[in-house]
Amino acid sequence: MTTATAPNVTATAECRDADLLDERKKQVHRAGQGPIDMACNRESLAGAVSQRACVFCGSRVVLYPIADALHLVHGPIGCAAYTWDIRGALSSGPELHRLSFSTDLQEKDVIFGGEKKLAAALDELIDLHQPKAAFVYSTCIVGLIGDDLGAVCRKMSEKKGIPVIPVQSEGFKGNKREGYLAACKAMFQLVGTAPTDDVSPLSVNILGDFNLAGEIWIVRGYLERMGIQVVANITGDGRVDDIRRCHGAALNLVQCSGSTMDLAKMMKEKYGTPHLRVSYLGIEDMADSLYAVAEHFESVDPGIVERTRDLVRDELAALMPRLRDIRRDLTGKRAAIYVGGSFKAFSLIKAFRHIGMNVVLVGSQTGTQEEYQELETVCDPGTVIIDDANPLELSHYVRELDVDVFVGGVKERPIAHKLGVGFCDHNHERKIALAGFEGMYNFAREVHASVMSPVWRFVPRRARRATVPAGADA
Amino acid sequence: MTLDYVANDGLCADEYSDSCGCGGSCADGCADGCADGCADGCGCTEAPGAGPETAPDDCGLAPVSLKAAPSTSGGKPGKAPRPKRPDFVSTTNACKLCTPLGAMLAFRGVEGAVPFLHGSQGCATYMRRYVISHYREPMDIASSSLGEKQAVYGGGPNLKKGILNVMKKYDPVLVGVATTCLTETIGDDVGGYLREFRNEFGDLDLPDIVHVHTPSYNGTHMEGWNAAVRALVDQLAKDKVEPHGKVALLPGFVSPADLRHLRDLVTDFGSDAVILPDLSDPLDGPALEDYTPLPEGGTPLADIRALSGAAAVIECGCSLAMTPVGSTGPATAGRVLHERFGLPLHAVGLPIGLRETDALVAALEAITGKPLPRRHELERGRFVDALVDGHKYVSGKRAVVYGEADLVIGLVSLLTEIGVHTVLAATGTRGAHLAESIAAVTEGLLPAMPTVIEGADFEEIADTAEGLSPDLLVGNSKGYRYARQWNIPLVRAGFPIHDRFGGHRLLHVGYAGAQALMDRVVNAVIEKTQSDSPVGYCYL
Repeated sequence: MTTATAPNVTATAECRDADLLDERKKQVHRAGQGPIDMACNRESLAGAVSQRACVFCGSRVVLYPIADALHLVHGPIGCAAYTWDIRGALSSGPELHRLSFSTDLQEKDVIFGGEKKLAAALDELIDLHQPKAAFVYSTCIVGLIGDDLGAVCRKMSEKKGIPVIPVQSEGFKGNKREGYLAACKAMFQLVGTAPTDDVSPLSVNILGDFNLAGEIWIVRGYLERMGIQVVANITGDGRVDDIRRCHGAALNLVQCSGSTMDLAKMMKEKYGTPHLRVSYLGIEDMADSLYAVAEHFESVDPGIVERTRDLVRDELAALMPRLRDIRRDLTGKRAAIYVGGSFKAFSLIKAFRHIGMNVVLVGSQTGTQEEYQELETVCDPGTVIIDDANPLELSHYVRELDVDVFVGGVKERPIAHKLGVGFCDHNHERKIALAGFEGMYNFAREVHASVMSPVWRFVPRRARRATVPAGADA
Repeated sequence: MTLDYVANDGLCADEYSDSCGCGGSCADGCADGCADGCADGCGCTEAPGAGPETAPDDCGLAPVSLKAAPSTSGGKPGKAPRPKRPDFVSTTNACKLCTPLGAMLAFRGVEGAVPFLHGSQGCATYMRRYVISHYREPMDIASSSLGEKQAVYGGGPNLKKGILNVMKKYDPVLVGVATTCLTETIGDDVGGYLREFRNEFGDLDLPDIVHVHTPSYNGTHMEGWNAAVRALVDQLAKDKVEPHGKVALLPGFVSPADLRHLRDLVTDFGSDAVILPDLSDPLDGPALEDYTPLPEGGTPLADIRALSGAAAVIECGCSLAMTPVGSTGPATAGRVLHERFGLPLHAVGLPIGLRETDALVAALEAITGKPLPRRHELERGRFVDALVDGHKYVSGKRAVVYGEADLVIGLVSLLTEIGVHTVLAATGTRGAHLAESIAAVTEGLLPAMPTVIEGADFEEIADTAEGLSPDLLVGNSKGYRYARQWNIPLVRAGFPIHDRFGGHRLLHVGYAGAQALMDRVVNAVIEKTQSDSPVGYCYL
């Protein structure tokens, strides 16, 4: 970048309506209006107040739920402080991941190097907490002062007899996606380092579920009912020893493909482990995922398809009547979705249809061109698709499209609430399980609880409709 | 306590400018438990003393022993004793946030300002999320979003481009630029870039741009806050204007509810206040018909420019008053105004509790020449009445207080007044002279000086607290883990409060704030007694 002036991009049909910065226009599209050509996966525009985070964030969210590992952030205090126990990633045993460890680099460390402090920190923390492995996260500053993370980690690994793994997650070296890759590379160092004797031929690893509010337990429950052994949770309720032997599993199930697909690909290449892309959100995607797993194992265990069908039938029989009342209330209401990875958006669009709602705005921080093209095919015409949005753009479309509920994370919540729009937290901080069939009910109830609250009658933007009966404005 | 900078005969900055040499020499201030914090590089590494509080205290109430959380409650946090950590170099569960966060908050308190971080994108996003979770309000922080290339070749072009984009989308009157560890380490000359920017784009209607150096490897969010407030005054209040008689109030990092209360107090004295920064509206605004890029409210830029015309300056924060003179001029915003324009400077603590509020009131009486307005006199009277009514519930209870140094000093002062014995006061900041201030606000009212730790993380606080049999914790949400582990109440105060609703509406300051805090402390103790009781009285 040599100039500070913005190049002029001709306004195209898909972007003429919003007051977008020129360089942002290629990242907004209206479904059905011309070919979709998103200029995504590029660096966030300076000054645009992106909702994105950094490489470190990507690595931290993926590895965080490994509960018996030490997660040491090598850097100044902020990176560790802002990621202390922020996700609702539950553990059924150890909870070392819920502590926030930092080398808390000071000025003298920046000047003289932080390697000694890092070694001392690892030494004392490993002795104290006896973790099964340690992940050492590199931050912006470590990439600049040139600490040899690899050398320190190797030395500590020898000294302590546990894997001490550097995570190359310098914040400025890309966006979250690079962080996912760094996390996958770090985990891949563990894979294949433990025996796989007791692994069943009917076995899977669950990749890309982080056990928020216990979601991975729901999924594991289904798989176990189908007769499938889960070798490793990657990474929700994750354990180092499970990851070490996860190459023994017959199949990798990859959800949230952005975050762990790289690991699946590495395992495919080295161990030949096949993978399936799955989603546990919503009715069809949950059922389709289980059926796909059943089909995969049908040749090994012909009865599995029948068992799966029974499982889905039982679950749906319990779920559908409970959704009916919710659907009646919500039919015709409008939803906006803004999530980290675009893959989740597919499931959410379908889930909203089940409760009678239309998705009018959908976006993500880190979607790819292919994902957005695929996304357009499942959207209703006119739905706004947006990449790497910011608060002003989101608020613009929420207003223009007259949204009733916004699905996003904490950063999007005040945008919705300020405008008098309902909100459903579908991000890492959620405390209510939204995966699986029971998760679908929870999701519906969450949306219902927000949309049907009487409070919208009193917010300025909607107060004028207060005399109109609920639902009549749809 | 009042640190009257004008009179300059008390604890003025110069006396402490040589910092804590420690090695025992700060014994006057540190008394029993200076612990290993003291000040930066004090070299004093011995483990904190258990302090005299481990003996049964003299009020006849046996201290409640620490209990593990009942296993039925999920039990995870309390299931194993927490191992001790002698002389650790690492930090576990920090009791501080990073420097630029404080600057971003301070800039948010200026009307029409956009806080801008010069660094990688993640910093801005993390801070936004952290701040939003407390205030539940939009908190836009722009970023120069440096990537690998800019980290190598310098962040100037991104900084300029970022400001241009912010101008297009926000039309701000002020851009508050803070650096990060990334841009400080690559040596970006932000001042130089901004001069270039003003030259290159001088034909545009440029906003004011204030910048501040906030490397996160140096200090905490409070240093960032103070540096930003100082930068606002230093870079904007340059000219002497006609006296307008307003009171310049530099309130420190307090809640929107606190800021409203302070404004009312000054107004009730018949004077106008320029409060800098003023987060009350930007971070606690009404529901809107239409989303506004910039929130309403905050300190008007014109008021900052005209600070030289104020009748006097009141600067809140004991630790601030003890900040040594820096190499680049006056160390605090208040001293800038004092030294540049000769404004009388009243350095007081955060006005939390009876005596600290009295000190603020005394300053306002001196500035306005008027007595305490009736409304506040009555609030004071009711608080004293409540002290008497409530004292038995909390007398001799043992508290652990943590957070920003100035908040801790205020809270300890209040707790001491209501009869609660602070046994441990801790802050993540170093060099805040916390022990001296704690000694001053507890003098003559506590049987023993509390243990005081600077540069603490939560694990160190917990290690120390476990030998002190506390009955309650007072501080932000981040101590909840320990309250749960020990099955004692946490009275929430300060920032962040991420696990309760309305944390930003908590009132801490003034007589009304003292009352509100006392009610919450007393009720926390009563609630604990009630829930632990096999009888279940409903008449307490």
